[in-house]
Amino acid sequence: MARRDTWAAYGFLSPWIIGFLVFLAGPMVASLVLSFTDYDALTGTEFVGADNYRTLLGDPRVRTSLGNTLLYTALHVPVTMVVSLALALLLHRAGRRSAGFFRTVFYLPTVTPKVAVGVLFLLLFNGQSGLVNRTLGLVGLDGPDWTVDPSWIKPGLVLMGAWSLGSTVIIYLAALQDVPRDLHEAAQMDGASAWRRFRAVTVPAISGALFFTLIINTISSLQTFDEVYTAFYGSANQQTYGSDAALFYVVYLFQQAFQFLHIGYASALAWLLFLIIMVVTLVQVRLSRRFVHYGGG
Amino acid sequence: MTTVNRCVRLGLVALLVTGCGGVGGAGGGDGAGVTLTMMGFGTGDEIARTRFDAANARIAPATATAAEGSFDAQQFLSAVASGQPPDLVYMERRLLGTYASKGALMPLGDCVAREGIDVAAFRPAAVAEATLRGQLYGLPDFYNNRVLMINDAVAGEAGLATDDWDALAASAERLTVIEAGKLRRIGFDPKIPEFLPMWARANGAELVSADGRTAQLDDPKVAEALEFTVGLIRAQGGWAAFKSFRDTFDFFGARNQFAGGQLGAFLMEDFYLNVLAENSPGTAVTVAPFRGRDGKPVDWITGNAWAIPAGGAHQEQACRWIATMTASDTWIAAARARAAARAAAGKPYAGTFTGNVRADEVIFRDVVRPNAAVRTVLETQESGFSLPAMAAGEEFKAAWQNAVNRVLDGRQSPAEALAQAQQQAQAALDEANRGG
Repeated sequence: MARRDTWAAYGFLSPWIIGFLVFLAGPMVASLVLSFTDYDALTGTEFVGADNYRTLLGDPRVRTSLGNTLLYTALHVPVTMVVSLALALLLHRAGRRSAGFFRTVFYLPTVTPKVAVGVLFLLLFNGQSGLVNRTLGLVGLDGPDWTVDPSWIKPGLVLMGAWSLGSTVIIYLAALQDVPRDLHEAAQMDGASAWRRFRAVTVPAISGALFFTLIINTISSLQTFDEVYTAFYGSANQQTYGSDAALFYVVYLFQQAFQFLHIGYASALAWLLFLIIMVVTLVQVRLSRRFVHYGGG
Repeated sequence: MTTVNRCVRLGLVALLVTGCGGVGGAGGGDGAGVTLTMMGFGTGDEIARTRFDAANARIAPATATAAEGSFDAQQFLSAVASGQPPDLVYMERRLLGTYASKGALMPLGDCVAREGIDVAAFRPAAVAEATLRGQLYGLPDFYNNRVLMINDAVAGEAGLATDDWDALAASAERLTVIEAGKLRRIGFDPKIPEFLPMWARANGAELVSADGRTAQLDDPKVAEALEFTVGLIRAQGGWAAFKSFRDTFDFFGARNQFAGGQLGAFLMEDFYLNVLAENSPGTAVTVAPFRGRDGKPVDWITGNAWAIPAGGAHQEQACRWIATMTASDTWIAAARARAAARAAAGKPYAGTFTGNVRADEVIFRDVVRPNAAVRTVLETQESGFSLPAMAAGEEFKAAWQNAVNRVLDGRQSPAEALAQAQQQAQAALDEANRGG
């Protein structure tokens, strides 16, 4: 009976398993093989051993793009988590009807295509006439040239990233709604302040959700492509001025693969990114043991 | 049961018919049932539609289907790598060298001979851009000229001269308006990074050797040209303010930078004359050739090309098709169709620069009456130059554009940036030309 159930389970899982093998595992293996070749999709494949990996270690644009991406991730992930948590706490306190409305409002930008976000970035953050600088001007602040000044491009992109934090807000809101009310009441009766209750009750109770979003946001930040490519490299108006401050790792990978036709080298770049993501994730998982509390665990 | 049998037989017949006549099928000797596939070409306007129909009529009973959308490298690479290249491909001429050097495109020598194509009918600069290692890989399509466009309301009667760089710098500064630290008007936009090849040529230098194999980015004259153009931008508020302000232009709208008085003059491709004529016909604009320091016109031209991918299933028909698309009679018919459509809509038509000498002659004599601006472009295009086809064209371009960007960002001097670009570009060219 158990055996039949197992086969039934595999049967139900098979669409995913087939999809995984064909569309994920297969291309991954292919790209690993290609990373050891000089492949351009047009001529034959030449085995070059570890040459591509040696080249990328000495490639200054790999260092630039990796530095940009890591800095962006280091800024973007905490900002996203803190702002999302703040919004989720506000929503949690709001009445049922208004919470539903704002939940929708916060989530809607998440479904906006990343390409549109890139275009919006150029409009909103234009140093001369963008809405952001106009707003800053109302309080007497002279905003920077977010889209051109190399020092301000990444902070601008981080702020723009707040446009689509709706899914993180929704996850936090769901977690907050699961925090046992009696724990809060007990803490309150013991005289704990609001901040103390938040720190000692709420945060541990939602630490699983915090950890999940930390992992997901870190991975997606390290793979940032669409909005940056659209804003700085994609359109005819922008492609000639691709500031190095906006050269993200996956943008450089894309250029190597489809602009310069170095698909073997681009495969090696992809595997380096895979390794970086794996190491970062493992470190996060390791550290999580100290602060993540699982219910019933 | 009889009905079932009939259905099965009908199905088999249908399978046989579609199997013989589908895309990529062998087709009959006269091309019956053959459908040519293509990438990179859309039939969005009268010029495209008229030529497309003419080319289809020429290969009948075979036919070609447009793909719409511009050339997509990913799509093309995927098709070639999977062994199913399209029959035709339409791309920017500057891309031809890279694909041709890798054997992805057919040399057109046989096609030219078979169809009796008069290569001399195409403008030499366009042919040079489509020729790699002595072989023609694409039939030129369009001839985009770059000229100086001056906003008369801003520049006044003094105009703007580009051959005297001291005077040009003074004019640019005079026409620039900065109020309370904010840029309100750009006096003169030198259009860098994108137009560096023009500035280098104006200063007597070439970015690459005539055979497209040797980068010459470290030529001191290139650095001098870059120093000058970056200096122009610094004198007009600096790069960040300059570009931010430029990004606010309603470039294709009625409140464009000329109509709004936000720009004194800039270098631009000729198509923009049609934009201005359509959107702000009341704005007075003078068009002048961009002149080098020796006083001679400098017109960097670019454009598209029709090429035939190697391994395409219908190369004879593809050749006939592209020969018709780029023939002078086809261009003339297309220009007449465009002129008629524009007249019916009550809108101006400034003509089309085709890259085909005879077509240009007839279009600008019989189809449109050139105004002063168009006459200037016509005269200037006689001295057009192009960058030669290169086996690593994209990497070469990225090298010099990144160099200019590093200078604009203030991270390197022009000489340092171009020296670095020279190394990168030459390494890419050497690698791509290895064994070729």
